[in-house]
Amino acid sequence: MLEVKAKRQFGAFTLDVAFDAAASGITALFGRSGSGKTLTINALAGLAQPAEGRIAVGGVVLFDSRRGINLPPEKRRLGYVFQDGRLFPHMNVRHNLVYGMKRQADANGIEFDHIVALLGLEAFLERRPRDLSGGEKQRVAIGRALLAAPRLLLMDEPLAALDAARKAEILPYIERLRDELGLPVVYVSHAMDEIVRLADTVVLMSDGRVIAVGSVESVMSRLDLRPMTGRYEAGAVLNTTVESHDENFGLTALAFAGGRLLVPHVEAPVGGRIRVRVRARDVSIALHPPKALSILNAFPGKIIEVGEDDGPQVDLLLDVGTPLWARITRRSYHELGLGVGKSVHALIKAVAIDRHSLGRVSGWRLRQDHGGGI
Amino acid sequence: MFTPTPFEVEAILLSLRVSVWCVVLCLPFGILAGWVLARRDFLGKHLLNGLVHLPLVVPPVAVGYVLLLLFGMRGPLGRFFHDVFGLTIAFTWKGAALASAVMAFPLMVRAIRLSIEAVDRGLEAAARTLGAGPLRVFLTVTLPLTMPGILTGAILAFARSLGEFGATITFVSNIPGETRTLPLALYTLSQTPDGEAGALRLVVISILLAMAALIASELLARRLSQRLGA
Repeated sequence: MLEVKAKRQFGAFTLDVAFDAAASGITALFGRSGSGKTLTINALAGLAQPAEGRIAVGGVVLFDSRRGINLPPEKRRLGYVFQDGRLFPHMNVRHNLVYGMKRQADANGIEFDHIVALLGLEAFLERRPRDLSGGEKQRVAIGRALLAAPRLLLMDEPLAALDAARKAEILPYIERLRDELGLPVVYVSHAMDEIVRLADTVVLMSDGRVIAVGSVESVMSRLDLRPMTGRYEAGAVLNTTVESHDENFGLTALAFAGGRLLVPHVEAPVGGRIRVRVRARDVSIALHPPKALSILNAFPGKIIEVGEDDGPQVDLLLDVGTPLWARITRRSYHELGLGVGKSVHALIKAVAIDRHSLGRVSGWRLRQDHGGGI
Repeated sequence: MFTPTPFEVEAILLSLRVSVWCVVLCLPFGILAGWVLARRDFLGKHLLNGLVHLPLVVPPVAVGYVLLLLFGMRGPLGRFFHDVFGLTIAFTWKGAALASAVMAFPLMVRAIRLSIEAVDRGLEAAARTLGAGPLRVFLTVTLPLTMPGILTGAILAFARSLGEFGATITFVSNIPGETRTLPLALYTLSQTPDGEAGALRLVVISILLAMAALIASELLARRLSQRLGA
C-alpha cells in the first residue's frame, strides 16, 4: 500500500496531494507539465520535504510531519530513475550499476547478472556513460536503481528525453520490471500512450492537486476530466480480448463489451487481454447503421452526456455497452439533432488504432520475448 | 649550457620545498572552504568570503607582519606551536611555507569553489537515492568531479608560492639556506654591486619554473576532465 499526503507552498505554487494506491503494478502520475508530478515523487524520495503530510510505503513510514519522522533519501530504499538519467560521468557502466548495491562485492553475483541480462546491458559494462545512446543510458539508470534493491521504483518521465525509436526500445524493459520482478512502480508522465501502455492505476494531477484516482479505463472515460487529460489525446480506453486473427487482411478482432472491434494486426495470442485507447477524434456518429462505407467498426449505442462549449467541436460520451467518446463538429451535432438519450451508431476507423493506442492488462505480456511488434 | 650555481641551486630547492608545503597546507582547508562557500548558506558567509579573499587585496607586507605578530616567538600561536609541538615557525622555511600558503589560499579556494558549484547537484541527489549518506556522496561523487578544479587550485597556489616575496621577507626575513627563496635571492642580488648578471639568470629560472607549472596544470586538467567524461 502506498500512502501519500503532502502539502507545501513553493512561491505561488501550492502542492497539496493525497492519494492511496496499491503497492503493486504501475501507478502513473499523469498531468500536464507544472502540475506537481515531479514534486510529488521528489517528496516520496525525500529530495523535497513537504511542510506537512504523511508518506508510507508498504507500512513503512517515510515521512510524518506530526510524528516528526523524515527519513533521509538514503534510508528510504526507493529507487529513482530520473528523466535525464543522471549516470555518474566519472564511472563506467559497471561501477554505476553497483553503486547502490548493499555489498558491492556481489558485483558478479546472480542478482547483478540477472538485472544486466534483463536490461540487455552485457555489451557495454565497461563503457563510460558519455559513450552510450540516450536509450542505453536510461536502461543503465534503471538497472542502477534496481540493484539498490528498492521497495518501490520511482520513474520521472524516463522516456521524455528520447525519440520515438528509443522509447520503443525502453518500453518493453519497463514492462518486464513489473512482470518479472513484481516491483511496484510509480511512473510520472504526461504522455497518454505511455499511460495506456503501462499504467494499472492513474493518479490525475492538475495545479498541484490530485483530481482523480482510478483505473486507466475509469479515469479516461470521465468527460469532466477532459480539460486535464488533454483535448487532442482525449478518448476512451476499452478492455478487450483477442478473439481471432485474419491473416488474409492483416486484421485482428478484439471482443469487448460493445461488440467486436477490428484493428490492424496485433501481435498477441487469441484470448490475450489488451487495452485499447480510442481517441474521441477518431469516432464518428451516424443515425442509422451505415452501409457501403469503408469503416469496419460500427457500434449501436446511446448518447449519455454532452460536453458542449463555444468551440467548433462537441464531445459526446456514448454508451455502447461500455463508455466511448466521440468528437464531432457542433454543426453536425445540430444538423443531426443529437442530444442526451438519442440512439446513434458510433463509427471507428480501424486504422486509427495504432500501436500507440494499445496497452496490456496487468499480468499478461503484450510483446513476446522473440520480439515482433504490434 | 646553463649550469646553475650552488647559490641558485639552494634557492631553487628551497623554493620548491616551500611551494610543495604551501600546497599541502592549503589543500584540506581550501577544499573545506570551497565546499562551504559553494554549498552552504549561513549567517556570516560574506564575512568568511571576505576573510578568505583578504590576502588578495591587503599589502603582502601587512600579511607578513600579522603573521609575525601571531606566530613570532612571543605571539600567541607561535608560543603554542613551540610549547606543544616543539615547532618554531618564525624565521624558518616552515614560516615561509605558511606565509605563501596564506597568500595563495584565496586563489585555491576560488578555483575549488567554482568547480564544486559546477557539479550537478542532481548527481548528488541520485547518489542519495541509491543509499549513499552525505559523506559517501561527497567522497565518491562531489570530490572526484571537483578534481580538475582542485588541481587547478593546487597549481595556482604552487605558482603563487614560487613568486611570494612581501609576506615572506616580512615574516621570516631573508636567511640564506633557510628562507632565501628564489624571489628573495633575486632581490638580494639586485641589491648587490655586480649582481645584475646573476639577477637576470634568476629571472629566467623563475619564468621557466612558473611556465612549466602552468603548462603541466593545463595538460593534467585536460586529461582529467576527459577521464571524468565531461
